[in-house]
Amino acid sequence: MADDAKGGGGLEFHPMDQFIVKPLFGDVGDPVHWYTITNATLWLALAVLAIIGLMVLTTSKRAVVPGRGQSIAELMYGFVYKMVEDVTGKDGIKYFPYIMTLFMFILCANFLGLIPMSFTTTSHIAVTAILGFGVFFAVTILGFVKNGASFLGLFWVSSAPLPLRPVLAIIEIISYFVRPVSHSIRLAGNMMAGHAVLKVFAGFAQVAAIAPVAIIGVMAIYGLEVLVSAIQAYVFTILTCVYLKDALHPHH
Amino acid sequence: MEGELAHIGAGLAAIGSGAAAIGVGHVAGNFLAGALRNPSAAAGQTATLFIGIAFAEALGIFSFLVALLLMFAV
Repeated sequence: MADDAKGGGGLEFHPMDQFIVKPLFGDVGDPVHWYTITNATLWLALAVLAIIGLMVLTTSKRAVVPGRGQSIAELMYGFVYKMVEDVTGKDGIKYFPYIMTLFMFILCANFLGLIPMSFTTTSHIAVTAILGFGVFFAVTILGFVKNGASFLGLFWVSSAPLPLRPVLAIIEIISYFVRPVSHSIRLAGNMMAGHAVLKVFAGFAQVAAIAPVAIIGVMAIYGLEVLVSAIQAYVFTILTCVYLKDALHPHH
Repeated sequence: MEGELAHIGAGLAAIGSGAAAIGVGHVAGNFLAGALRNPSAAAGQTATLFIGIAFAEALGIFSFLVALLLMFAV
């Protein structure tokens, strides 16, 4: 499987080959240790560089009348700030830097993954699970620190009739612990599925009879993927805001 | 034989993505129906729309994950 990945000569390839983690230096089959610099490392670093370029370099002049770059940075800042304010409320503004970081990182990683021949870091559950479980642990610890034991009131739906409450508590506890799983798999699954579909359509282009249809299909799906990249970054961020709101105000 | 069964299972798991499509369409369609009746209230509810779509979509993604596990991990 890995051997087919190299050489973009239009030979046969597997749609999942693009997700293989390879060492940057050395051969394809080399073992990958935790310190090995792989293509995943490269594209994660490029995402960070893109954020620095977009958010730090463009706003360093602090122009009163913003230029193009500064306008984009200010629009993104305002967009996320308003989202945190609307969903979490005024007392959630304190945690805005964390949410802004998450949004920018996922957005940049998703968009960089759309560059042909690049590597989509957010298509790996290893990457998104760190983000998802990070949010889960941060929010749970924050809930207990802010509310103490009354944070458990999140699971005890006081507006429901008393006999129903134990049943609802079980459901609430299960749904609470499924959160980090669905949070991370949603992002990874969307990215992976979309990119695999792109490669499958690219594979159809080898057959001359349907090549024009396949190429138009690739273009259309690429456009859809640009949309999905932005929407998944938005969804991840807004769900973080929802979980944060639950931690700050656990009572229904 | 087991490998073939796993492929059949992966194909069956793909039904889940169709079910998720019904769910997402239901959320978006009802949002649109409500938004056309009261367009002034629609702008404030887009966040709720996306949260609803995300929750409906999550279970479809789970079925995709099951298919992937059957194809590559089992």
